[in-house]
Amino acid sequence: MQWFNVIVQGVLIGGLYAMFAAGLSLIFGVMRLVNIAHGDLIVLAAYISLMVMQGFGVDPLTSLVLVVPVMAAIGYALQRGLLNRTLGDDLLPPLLVTFGLSIIIQNGLLELFTADSRRLQAGSIEVETFQLAQGVWIGALPMIQFTVALAVIAGLQILFYRTALGRAFRATSDDQPVAQLMGLDTRHVFAMAMALSLAIIAIAGVFLAVRTNFDPAIGPARLIFGFEAVIIGGLGSMWGTLAGGIILGVSQAVGAQIDPGWQLLAGHLVFLVILAVRPQGLFPKVSG
Amino acid sequence: MRRVEHATRSSQIGVVVIAIALVVLALAPFWGDRQTLRLLAEMFTFVALASLWNLLAGYAGLVSVGQQAFVGFGGYLLFACAILLDVHPVTAILVAGPVGAIVAVPVAALIFRLRGAYFAIGTWVVAEVFRLLASQISVLGGGSGISLPASVVVAMAPTRQMREFEIYWLALALTVVILGAIIALLRSRHGLALTAIRDNELTAQSNGIDVARIKLVVYVLTAFGTSMIGALIFLQKLRISPDTAFSVNDWTAFVIFITVIGGIGRIEGPIIGTIIFFALRQMLADLGSLYLLMMGAVAIVVMLWAPKGLWGLIVERFGWQALPLQRHLVLGKETGGKS
Amino acid sequence: MPDEALLDVKAIDAFYGDFQALFGVSLSVRAGQVVAVIGANGAGKSTLLKSIAGLMHPHSGEILFEGTSVAGSPAFDRLGRGIALIPEGRRLFPSLTVEENLLIGGQSRRPGPWTLARVYELFPLLAERRNLPAPALSGGQQQMAAIGRALMANPRLLLCDEISLGLAPVVVRDIYAQLPQIVAEGLSLIIVEQDILQALRAASHIYCLQEGRIALQGPAGELTRETISAAYFGV
Repeated sequence: MQWFNVIVQGVLIGGLYAMFAAGLSLIFGVMRLVNIAHGDLIVLAAYISLMVMQGFGVDPLTSLVLVVPVMAAIGYALQRGLLNRTLGDDLLPPLLVTFGLSIIIQNGLLELFTADSRRLQAGSIEVETFQLAQGVWIGALPMIQFTVALAVIAGLQILFYRTALGRAFRATSDDQPVAQLMGLDTRHVFAMAMALSLAIIAIAGVFLAVRTNFDPAIGPARLIFGFEAVIIGGLGSMWGTLAGGIILGVSQAVGAQIDPGWQLLAGHLVFLVILAVRPQGLFPKVSG
Repeated sequence: MRRVEHATRSSQIGVVVIAIALVVLALAPFWGDRQTLRLLAEMFTFVALASLWNLLAGYAGLVSVGQQAFVGFGGYLLFACAILLDVHPVTAILVAGPVGAIVAVPVAALIFRLRGAYFAIGTWVVAEVFRLLASQISVLGGGSGISLPASVVVAMAPTRQMREFEIYWLALALTVVILGAIIALLRSRHGLALTAIRDNELTAQSNGIDVARIKLVVYVLTAFGTSMIGALIFLQKLRISPDTAFSVNDWTAFVIFITVIGGIGRIEGPIIGTIIFFALRQMLADLGSLYLLMMGAVAIVVMLWAPKGLWGLIVERFGWQALPLQRHLVLGKETGGKS
Repeated sequence: MPDEALLDVKAIDAFYGDFQALFGVSLSVRAGQVVAVIGANGAGKSTLLKSIAGLMHPHSGEILFEGTSVAGSPAFDRLGRGIALIPEGRRLFPSLTVEENLLIGGQSRRPGPWTLARVYELFPLLAERRNLPAPALSGGQQQMAAIGRALMANPRLLLCDEISLGLAPVVVRDIYAQLPQIVAEGLSLIIVEQDILQALRAASHIYCLQEGRIALQGPAGELTRETISAAYFGV
């Protein structure tokens, strides 16, 4: 029963990892860009939420009303103003520019907020639990987070395959010049993709910050979790990304149960094994 | 008669300048104080690390943000050899190279399955795994790290001054050897292949160059050099811990900034970049995270508006070359008959 | 004035890096006209269309559409103005279904007669396959879809880059049979063709490009096979 509990916890945090991964794979799918600053942007969202909470006296979930649009706007401006210039055949510029961005965000946050560890207080909901089965209790907050993660992934699926914006994303990703011929301003399409990615990051960041302590330095680890979830799940498939996140979460939970020092290692090892035996991931989308 | 030559006028001057500089540096223990020696040794190690990263990213197209894996590995190998196996530290440094290279092979087998930016993050994951594994090794201090025992330190040389000299010369020698090896590689046939890969990988492949094998060789050789430098760095520091050994900031961020600002894909780049980096550090002293922030901003600006770095700008403007690396076709006078 | 040019290309030069592809090329199209541009491979036909559509920008010269200069505007802007290019090789979006490809063409929302229903009326084969992914279609069907996609933008000028390429003659005939209907709705066409006979049949005015220069131009009826061959091959 204890193991069942462990696995359930792993599944629930897997939803959070899937959100980290969704933002990452979304922009890779649309513009072949990997944003090294992805994890640091998650942390940035947490700090923005902190400021909103302190400024308006609201709880973290309510702060999302402001944090999400702010992060989306940052994403749009970032892409349009900086990252669009790095796109092209050369691999180095986007990688090095986003790496530089990562360093800038980390140290900027360090200057503004110090290295103190913080946590977003969500109030009484943090301690509420309900019983799933005999001897198995789930926290209300993890359950909400997981449900939201599911909703985000489902929402992305709908967006990509049933809306005009999604069509624009897929067309631009397929063939940039012809997309332009069809009237799509690709600079704008890319910026919208980044705005969407940062909106998802905002949600993920706030949930992360309620769940655990955060400080300016924890960004890179979140990037790595998101990346591992993408690779485990397989490129191109949103539901695969969810599966990848869950597998990573469960691996970490199982590892932690064996020995607390093994939590992260267990996740990395599962990732490396998948990379070794099935590098295309468990549920890759065969491109049409 | 036509010949392929390497030297140009400016590179001939460059070689002479470098030769003089090397002699001066080798004699530093006699004209410099302890602070200067430490600073120079630190600069040498960064020149070496940056040159190796440059070889990997600027020539082979393998952008790694995980070289700290081998820096830390070299460091821990040194401590393990010295503490657990009673090996002389200098021997341990020499051993770190081949052992690091051997470890690099299975690592490469895994991460070469990833491409581009995903490969970069993969290298980061590997470094993280190394860091976590190191924290699990309790005989080497576990998560909090360990200091080099006095007995080992004394075994190097009887006085502290002699040890400082020894480490200084080791750093200089190792850096010169590594740079020399890189230059030799680039002047060779394999170097020509690498330059082809750097310029256009697809075309290189279709011209019969075994791109995959060359990349593997370069990755392993880079690990060789990086591990040795790592061992040297932590011999000088006299203390190691997982966080310092595998620090992304120290061994990757600074290295990348140095190479980008100096000039990627050119041998002279890391040297210029190191000089600039350390000059800035001296000037801006203790600005801590603000300093890193500025470096990040400068790196972005350079990457977008001067992607060939400072040396690249100089080359474009003046056509200089400090080292005889480019190949020129020299069209000599036609001698009637035999060449 | 009814005879004013819809499109006026004036002496444009086009370069790919250091390589010059067009040398002072001029061309004009009137409303409702079908113009054909013929020439050997590498003569510059596609380059000309790309310059008109905005994928390339000429180094010198002028491009006037409906009286105003379009030379500076980016490619995605030109669709809004009424210039649509059917690119060489169809180039449908592989991740999209047939219908989604058509809808993308229509997202610029220019007013006009072409709707999804009208396109399906023109090409009934597409209606049957509307939910299939684009790569599942045959070459001829893909060409129809590419034409439909461009039509959905309700352009005034349609640029057709080698729509007969790689298709069986029967299929080519079927497609060309639809062109009069398209023109009747108020479109002007520039057809780039390797198939000279097809071009002569479909167009009222011919331009022949040879190594980046206009070697010959004139009304289709006045040009003989000999003069065309001479211009085409540069003899």
